Amino acid sequence: MKFQIEDVTVYFPYDHIYPEQHSYMVELKRALDAKGHCLLEMPTGTGKTIALLSLITSYALSKPSNPIKLIYCTRTVHEMEKTLAELKLLHDYQVRHLGPSARLLAVGLSSRKNLCINPAVVSAENRDSVDAGCRKLTASWVRALAVENPNIPTCSFFDNYEKSGSEAILPPGVYTLQDLRAFGKQKGWCPYFLARHMVQFANVVVYSYQYLLDPKVAGIISKEMQRECVVVFDEAHNIDNVCIEALSVSVRRQTLEGATRNISRMSQEIERFKATDAGKLRAEYNRLVEGLAQRGNLPIGDTWLSNPALPEDILKEAVPGNIRRAEHFLSVLRRLVQYIKGRLLSENFEKESPVSFVASLNAQVGLDQKTLKFCYDRLHSLMMTLEITDTDEFLSIQTICDFATLVGTYARGFSIIIEPYDERMPHIPDPILQLSCHDASLAIRPVFERFQSVVITSGTLSPIDLYPRLLSFNPVVSRSFTMSLTRECICPMVLTRGSDQLPVSTKYDMRSDPGVARNYGRLLLEMAAVVPDGVVCFFVSYSYMDAIINTWNETGILKEIMQHKLVFIETQDVVETTLALDNYRKACDCGRGAVFFSVARCFLRTSLLCRGKVAEGIDFDRHYGRLVIMFGVPFQYTLSKILLARLEYLRDTFQIKEGDFLTFDALRQAAQCVGRVIRSKADYGMMIFADKRYNRHDKRSKLPGWILSHLRDAYLNLSTDMALHTAREFLRKMAQPYDKTGASGKRTLLSQEDVEKMSSAGADEAMF
Amino acid sequence: MNSGGETVVKRAKYKIAKAPGNSGILKMNAEEFAFSPNDPTSGPRLRVRFNTIGAHRVTKDGSKTALLNLLKKGEGSEGYIFEFENFSDRNICRDFVTNALERYSEVPKKDAEGPAQLSTEEMERRIKLLQEDSELMKLHKQLVIGGILTEDEFWATRKKLLDGGRKRTSSTQRVGFKSAMISDIKPLTDGRTNKVTFNLTPEIIHQIFAEKPAVHHAFLNYVPKKMSEKDFWTKYCRAEYLHSTKNAVAAAAEAAEDEDLAVFLKQDYILAGEARSKIRKVDPTLDMEADQGDDYTHLPDHGNARDGNKEIAESQTHYDQYKRNLMQDLNRHAAVVLEGRTLDVVTGDTRTVAEALARTKQVELANDTSEKNNNQERLNRVCRMTEIEDLQATREPPVAPLCIKDPRDYFYSQQANALKTLGDAAFGAGYVKCHVSKQEAYTCLRESISDIKSVGLQTSIIKAEVAFKVLNSLTHNISSTKYNLGRNNQETVLDRLPSRTRDDLLNHWTSIQELLKHFWSSYPINTDHLSIKVDRLKDAMAGIYPKLQEIKESVQSDLRHQVSLLVQPMVQALDAAFAHYDANLQKRRAKSGKNGSI
Repeated sequence: MKFQIEDVTVYFPYDHIYPEQHSYMVELKRALDAKGHCLLEMPTGTGKTIALLSLITSYALSKPSNPIKLIYCTRTVHEMEKTLAELKLLHDYQVRHLGPSARLLAVGLSSRKNLCINPAVVSAENRDSVDAGCRKLTASWVRALAVENPNIPTCSFFDNYEKSGSEAILPPGVYTLQDLRAFGKQKGWCPYFLARHMVQFANVVVYSYQYLLDPKVAGIISKEMQRECVVVFDEAHNIDNVCIEALSVSVRRQTLEGATRNISRMSQEIERFKATDAGKLRAEYNRLVEGLAQRGNLPIGDTWLSNPALPEDILKEAVPGNIRRAEHFLSVLRRLVQYIKGRLLSENFEKESPVSFVASLNAQVGLDQKTLKFCYDRLHSLMMTLEITDTDEFLSIQTICDFATLVGTYARGFSIIIEPYDERMPHIPDPILQLSCHDASLAIRPVFERFQSVVITSGTLSPIDLYPRLLSFNPVVSRSFTMSLTRECICPMVLTRGSDQLPVSTKYDMRSDPGVARNYGRLLLEMAAVVPDGVVCFFVSYSYMDAIINTWNETGILKEIMQHKLVFIETQDVVETTLALDNYRKACDCGRGAVFFSVARCFLRTSLLCRGKVAEGIDFDRHYGRLVIMFGVPFQYTLSKILLARLEYLRDTFQIKEGDFLTFDALRQAAQCVGRVIRSKADYGMMIFADKRYNRHDKRSKLPGWILSHLRDAYLNLSTDMALHTAREFLRKMAQPYDKTGASGKRTLLSQEDVEKMSSAGADEAMF
Repeated sequence: MNSGGETVVKRAKYKIAKAPGNSGILKMNAEEFAFSPNDPTSGPRLRVRFNTIGAHRVTKDGSKTALLNLLKKGEGSEGYIFEFENFSDRNICRDFVTNALERYSEVPKKDAEGPAQLSTEEMERRIKLLQEDSELMKLHKQLVIGGILTEDEFWATRKKLLDGGRKRTSSTQRVGFKSAMISDIKPLTDGRTNKVTFNLTPEIIHQIFAEKPAVHHAFLNYVPKKMSEKDFWTKYCRAEYLHSTKNAVAAAAEAAEDEDLAVFLKQDYILAGEARSKIRKVDPTLDMEADQGDDYTHLPDHGNARDGNKEIAESQTHYDQYKRNLMQDLNRHAAVVLEGRTLDVVTGDTRTVAEALARTKQVELANDTSEKNNNQERLNRVCRMTEIEDLQATREPPVAPLCIKDPRDYFYSQQANALKTLGDAAFGAGYVKCHVSKQEAYTCLRESISDIKSVGLQTSIIKAEVAFKVLNSLTHNISSTKYNLGRNNQETVLDRLPSRTRDDLLNHWTSIQELLKHFWSSYPINTDHLSIKVDRLKDAMAGIYPKLQEIKESVQSDLRHQVSLLVQPMVQALDAAFAHYDANLQKRRAKSGKNGSI
């Protein structure tokens, strides 16, 4: 459908539109007009993404003289794919109605691991080896050598791409990662470099948060973007955590050992270069005297993840004299590593501010703040001069330099925490030095400053006034939309007791109670017998899930559950989890029905990084999730030193109480987990909050409004049998046919006519 | 007939009674079978025509010996027993004999029918259907051979079956894997000794092969070259036992000593490989692996490690690979169950199963390369998924054909439900009434009211004895039926009947249905042929009444009620048919009488 919002003609790819989508667009348009930032909360399942995309692209179409560019940030790659699929739908519609003038270029951008088509490179195990593998084939010095010596392998895709020069462009269209790979294969061009190149020219760029927020990545990818951009952070309820993570570094013993190895390897290389090719080192020295700004002229294959944390003027400054010479820089690094090693020996927990850390560093090993600040760029310059391609081997020293730069740059909003062992496993010594960022606004500030409009949106941004404070920006529009439902299609329940009327909770003192595990098991079992298709369960932590599933297995409950539905579980292995999810969907599609066990919070493995991301962005809509059970309240581990430090910071800076923040954080996580069941107003789903603590008003009231408005008193304080009864009733009611437009009372679905009527009425109102 | 010229020649032993038997050659052609012993002196030569054979019996696949027993015509007569070297030989002969016997039982009737000449093709199809479905065979035997229905009438109502047979040549529905995990095979201990017993059936072995490719691979490699099958499974069970003790250190120690055992104890390396190839084919909108590849924030040592937001999993140790991960097993199991059984082999010989499985895997691998189609389909699906359904005009959902293998399964459950409600009603009202009459209850109530008036609410309203009586009668009946039923919804009343009674009931049920179908379809009667048919059907139906009564009486008293509940709808249906028949007959008589008078 096509309709007017003030002076903009909006092309919307569906025949109908929800009233909340319409008002969402109106608010968004005002923010764009004002060239300011905005904060919009709209419940999941009301088509946020498509409303955003169609308004912004239509806005750009209506102002052809000065088109705005859309940078759409998603948290994950699969969300990126979803967004691009919606954009495809929209683009098809616009081209159908407007002809070729509506054509735009939309690119999804990801890492080499996801875009590379060179089979020799992409078969590598992890991302870092793919990156290193690519560098080995595409670095400028490698290719220069290959010209003389044909035995040195290069990447044919990159060579072809380079050869085609300015002809290598993407024709207009919407490109998912898969499409990019297919296009690259067809043309014989490297899709990664092609996509990176096209980012400058694309009308819509879809990539993940970190390409804007993480200084390590942002500089290289996003530095070419003009000011006339609309930046959208979708599903941004966790954005403060992302910002904080982006600026935090932790150093372990292994890191230091690795760094020491890296340093000695580099000093060997330096010796070798001195003997064979001293000119290169001298050239580097001269470049550093002139300042780092020249880095911009490097060939595309060589670029490093650069560091926009450094303000513009510092880039023009010359590198301090004491680290200009390669061997001097190495000795600085050696001293730094030595110092940190000493600090790690501490047997007690220590907390320190960056300022005092730098001061003691200066006093003990003579490294000043300015030297530290330049470590990151100096290291990369050196590695390039030494022509090191196996970058994945040098991660440890990079970590150390990241740490040094951050410590040298920021005096506030950080703390340095040294822990001799993990609080939860005091018997295992595992000393760690963490530079922890508390101020979420640090990472996002450049984004707010650089781009004219930044849109932060999610299904759960309550309390909405907290976000401007956490991120320190001034939104011109800040609105929270409710959801008008045609029928009561969501059914939240708070379950406090099991079938034996004993309370259930994951509270620390009740966690190991076998009665609670049994009651939770019976709940799931009975529900699995009643609810059709997919059931999703979230647990507060991985270890809790592991323990309870083992208990269920031993007591035979799991076997009984399997009589009704297949069981799939999120494990620590992403590959396996992805396959399990895929199978779960298949099982739901074919009618077999399945249960998916997942973790509400991220988890992390010390050697392999792996995070519980199922809770963040996998949709369990329609038959993929008719019921979500949230076992327990997903609180953070409250004794964590970093968390305590952050809470202290929040209290001092924003006057946010610790308890309030913890509850807010736990409830937004819970709401995020259960909120993924609804996709549209025709969809339906139940949510069970299974913990007695949800019954308390202070906890419950932190849930987003669209859940609270359906949480009637009759759904509170239920026991298993009552919940079962409610579920049966609800499912029976949902199976009945209904009028989609919501004929009685408020209209919940607008047709073209309705929208036109509404906008003319609005215009009348404005006139009088 | 096409197959008339075919002959089958197999090695077999001709057995008389319990004797070990004479080895020799069995030859069969369409008309007769002949047996000649290897040693002409050892026993008699045989030459028997199939038309003297009434039926054949076989032993089950997988039982001790592969026997085929050809019974002579006539009740209780003995037969010719042959023992084959293996089951596949036997099965070939069995199929051949069935064909031959079918022909002999069909041919004369076909001649009698006269007008409807059937093509051989049609005939074969019918024979095949009868062979596949023993129920149908029974019904056919009872009704057609019993002379109640003609061949054509019988098949006329099964046109669809015949047509269907043409289309789906062999797409019979396969039984999937059990949803229970194989790790649920709990070791049994006898308590006195330290011995632990595992029970492995061919079914379980098949499932093990499917779920654990490494075991499958090892089996193909080791058996029988390196070790016997028995040794292999003993080793496997030993590994299972070690896992069940959850002692990773002990497992590691054992594995270090015995490299064969290590195969079972270590993590499945083949699975890991498969996972890698499968991950390329998953829906991009849930590919979390790609996500990890894009996550530069979480370079090792970046981000907050111990911020309470994440958990630290235990670090990896050498013993990790010997630790059984329940979660992995669960995922793997569910995936295999979902995939379904890809094999059509009768689970008899382990070796054949293993080899067949290996073959299907290879075929799958070969198909993997041509995945273009798959890709397109996936993209379409993503497209469909992104649309918001109610904003769009409805789109026809892709319809999958419903295929219920045995409709009776459905009716079983319905019957059980009906019974349950019926039972509730009957026990709730009927029995209580027997014990506490209205009068009694009324007086009791009056008494208690007056009591309450005088004494107040202190004693119970109903006298203790009466209440006890009611409770007793209720619980008694409930305990015998409803309780049993309610406890396990998988079990139906039929399962608790003696198997003979159950079979009888089901047989009658099917034949009644068949008869009724024909009966009702013959109305209105407008030809002589139909009226003759209806008379025939009526007679046949009348014969069923006493049989049903007989069944009812044959069962034990506590089940009689259930049985009568089951029989009741049949009787009612028959009654309705008879009522209609009588009414119709009178109408016709009146009509003909009128005609006559005019």
